[in-house]
Amino acid sequence: MDFTLSEERRMLVETAQRFLRDRYDMPTRHKAAAAPDGFDRALWADMAELGLIGALVPPEAGGFGGAGEDVALVFEQVGRGLVVEPFLASGVLGLWPLVRAGETALVEQVMAGETIAAFAHGEPDGRYGLAEVSTRAAEGDGWRITGAKAVVLNGDAADVLIVSARVSGDADAEDGLGLFLVEAAGPGVTRRGYGTVDGARAAEIVFDEAPARPLGEPGRGFALIEETMGRGVLALAAEAVGLMEVCKDTTLDYLRTRKQFGRPLGAFQALQHRMVEMVLEIEQARSAVMLAAGTFEADRLTRERNLAAAKHLTGRVGRMVAEEAIQLHGGIAMTWEYPLPHYAKRLVMLDHLLGDTDHHLERFIRLGREDAA
Amino acid sequence: MELTYSPAEQAFRTEVRDWIRENLPPALAAKVRGGKRLSKADYELWHARLQTRNWLAWHWPVEHGGPGWTPVQKHIFDEEMIAAGAPRIIPFGVNMLGPVLIEFGTEAQKARWLPRILDGSDWWCQGYSEPGAGSDLASLRTRAVRQGDHYVVNGQKTWTTLGHHANMMFCLARTDPDAKPQEGISFLLIDMASPGIEVRPIVTLDGEHEVNEVWLTDVKVPAKNLVGEENRGWTCAKYLLGFERTGIAGVAFSKAALSHLKRVARERRKDGRPLAENPFFAARMARLEIDLMAMDIFNLRMIAAAAQGKSPGPEASLLKIKGTEVRQEASDLIRRALGPYAMPFLPEALDEGWNGEPVGPDYANTAATQYFNLRKTSIYGGSNEIQKNIYAKLALDL
Repeated sequence: MDFTLSEERRMLVETAQRFLRDRYDMPTRHKAAAAPDGFDRALWADMAELGLIGALVPPEAGGFGGAGEDVALVFEQVGRGLVVEPFLASGVLGLWPLVRAGETALVEQVMAGETIAAFAHGEPDGRYGLAEVSTRAAEGDGWRITGAKAVVLNGDAADVLIVSARVSGDADAEDGLGLFLVEAAGPGVTRRGYGTVDGARAAEIVFDEAPARPLGEPGRGFALIEETMGRGVLALAAEAVGLMEVCKDTTLDYLRTRKQFGRPLGAFQALQHRMVEMVLEIEQARSAVMLAAGTFEADRLTRERNLAAAKHLTGRVGRMVAEEAIQLHGGIAMTWEYPLPHYAKRLVMLDHLLGDTDHHLERFIRLGREDAA
Repeated sequence: MELTYSPAEQAFRTEVRDWIRENLPPALAAKVRGGKRLSKADYELWHARLQTRNWLAWHWPVEHGGPGWTPVQKHIFDEEMIAAGAPRIIPFGVNMLGPVLIEFGTEAQKARWLPRILDGSDWWCQGYSEPGAGSDLASLRTRAVRQGDHYVVNGQKTWTTLGHHANMMFCLARTDPDAKPQEGISFLLIDMASPGIEVRPIVTLDGEHEVNEVWLTDVKVPAKNLVGEENRGWTCAKYLLGFERTGIAGVAFSKAALSHLKRVARERRKDGRPLAENPFFAARMARLEIDLMAMDIFNLRMIAAAAQGKSPGPEASLLKIKGTEVRQEASDLIRRALGPYAMPFLPEALDEGWNGEPVGPDYANTAATQYFNLRKTSIYGGSNEIQKNIYAKLALDL
């Protein structure tokens, strides 16, 4: 029983903190978000240089981390910095299938921040289901992909797309899925990019007989999809905790300094109690993320169940923290200029990625039944 | 970060589990599990058994006979006791007064009272709350006036848990009415057989008699029964409340309640299917389970911090709040799971030896009364609102 960080991991956290403090203030972040790609490629390369992407990859694939605990630590800092660079899209969802498929050269490029990868999985008619795939892959003169993918994070700036597609089976079947590598600027790929409410970017992508290369064995891709999404879930849950910490610190500062009726806001018991409730729920959320991170290398059911619990709880607590932080601030938190609401927006919108609180509650229940069976 | 127990800790868990299996009479465990009333003799038997293994005073320092456990071992012991259906250790003597005497008592007081706690000679009760002093304990008005070699005590105490079993009471009384509220209080040890003491039962909303009022009229207390300095009793009281709060999260109780809930939800049916498969009920249970999983880790984080020598900080307040909320939620779901069979009220069925015909499933009888009984957990030990005040002040600097 030990909740302390190893020396290496403490250094990783310090490296990230130093970079965010020295190089990533709020104007820099907003400027990066407003760039055509939705992030700053030079900053992304610098983050890669510091090893922040490599920390998400195991040593045998050329990185120096890759465990659940590493993912959680990096993403808590991503949350604290409100980072818009594609840690989730490229560093986790895009990169992990490449790692598992042994795409050494591509892994190296993505890890260096030179190539942007995006994970094209969700579809216009889908809603968080891991096997909700009707995009088709057919083999003839090489593999070709036809279908539509929705809200692909950083899909507009991506150089390569990792696309889930069906080689056989019905629309919801776990069997018959595969992951494929598609050149984003290649033939048969049409992308429509757009900004998202939380300051990031995504794209709707249509594939029409787009040439593709299989990653792993076509038809047996479900396990890798689940594994990749699980990594993303851990990343998002940890990012949420980082965002919550900033919301908490900012709100506390405000309660201590802002005066009304001749007293600091923090002198009012109604606000004190709400602040304590917020802190308590953040500790709960953090604990759930620690459990998910600490059991990420365990058997599938334990891992997936703890991930679902963490995503559910961070979603539930995230909404509370975002709403309370805005309410306890008052009018100032309604302005674009003040940083807090941007954290609050990201915190709420995280619940729309990779499954929301209800989806993961349902998944938690289902996995529990599998466990009992 | 390492979320698993060390081999030594796992071995300790096995040792505790095996010992409980050999020493806890199955009939007693069945009473605890079934929510039946425990007699004074039941508690005394279990205390005595634990003491044979030196596991009764596990809060105490080694030099006073404690087993010298780490915070993790204490946690494991607690979990195993509750999982096995052991009666709770009555905390007033061994967990509350014991540490206070060890910290503040004279050598004579330690020599007299500590062995009697361990061998069960004394059953202690706690004279803290008064009708006018609940959460605002420092406003207590029971008076103690020094007259020669004794104090004369007048006043009224309330919520005195198991006071009807007790032969001794540790009691807070005001010795200086002119000082600030916290500064004129003294900590006295009072013989319940003294003339002028009257114990009256309070029947709680679940129909049970566990707590009492204690009336004190011109009760003579020898001056040698003052613990610590006169007018400095608040220090002892606060020290004791710190001990009271650390176990109050009740994670192990909630775990036991959750597994009971799962059993009930598997056995009760709705629309011809197990209740556990009803999506609405399953969602309620899953939310509870997730909250409890997180709280388990939160609790372990505090235990690990304590194991590294950090004293229990204001986070204990957070654990108390969440712990009681989760435990109350579990009891709410157990009550709901029973449906109409939560209604029958058969208090006689809780008596030892009752062999009447139960109404509904055998676990139905206590589902609703237990729910009502547990409302107390967010009120006692410093109400959850008081805990929020404490945390806002000490940790958030508001």
